Amino acid sequence: MLLFASYADALGASEIVLDVPEGTTVRDLVTAVRARAPHAALPPHPLVAVNQAYAGPDDVLTLSDEVALIPPVAGG
Amino acid sequence: MMRAAIVNRPLDATALLAEVASDAHGATTLFVGTVRNVNSGRAVSGIEYSAYDAMATVELQRILDETALRFTDVSVVVEHRVGTLALQEASVIIATAHAHRAPALDAQRYVIEELKKRVPVWKREHYTDGTREWVGAAS
Repeated sequence: MLLFASYADALGASEIVLDVPEGTTVRDLVTAVRARAPHAALPPHPLVAVNQAYAGPDDVLTLSDEVALIPPVAGG
Repeated sequence: MMRAAIVNRPLDATALLAEVASDAHGATTLFVGTVRNVNSGRAVSGIEYSAYDAMATVELQRILDETALRFTDVSVVVEHRVGTLALQEASVIIATAHAHRAPALDAQRYVIEELKKRVPVWKREHYTDGTREWVGAAS
């Protein structure tokens, strides 16, 4: 899973690897990340992108998906 | 002409204007977003921009696809810069052009507003007191 900006700082890495079972949803993955770093400054429902598009909490992940946690964007 | 890019070099407004130029256009607009010296009452000395490059490019392209549907025959070129920028430097430039002014102006507004809402770009402000902080939301 890719991490950026403030979330990369919060978890101390720009990428983390999580072992998750088949059928894992975006929501499950966020829960797993938060469990792994309980003290990190991550909101309960961060934006998640799967394969470079915003995803919903119920979307199911597959092995080859590129998953990223997206901090509040601040472009412009 | 519809083109979007995330770049790691100074932006060139003249070049973007040239890209949207056409004999068929009667209106051309240029939006330049620049680094300003104060935010939320704190004195800013510069801003460090970073992006999820691959997705930011795709998301910008999606915005341009929507713009093309909303404003038929509009031309748009948008570039967002990443890296550390000094005061007054351009972080984003949008050039639009159309036969008529209304679609050119409206398309420009659509692109910048959607960019600020959706495109995965982040900024860390550097303050004159030496501290730095991620900006939490679009501003």
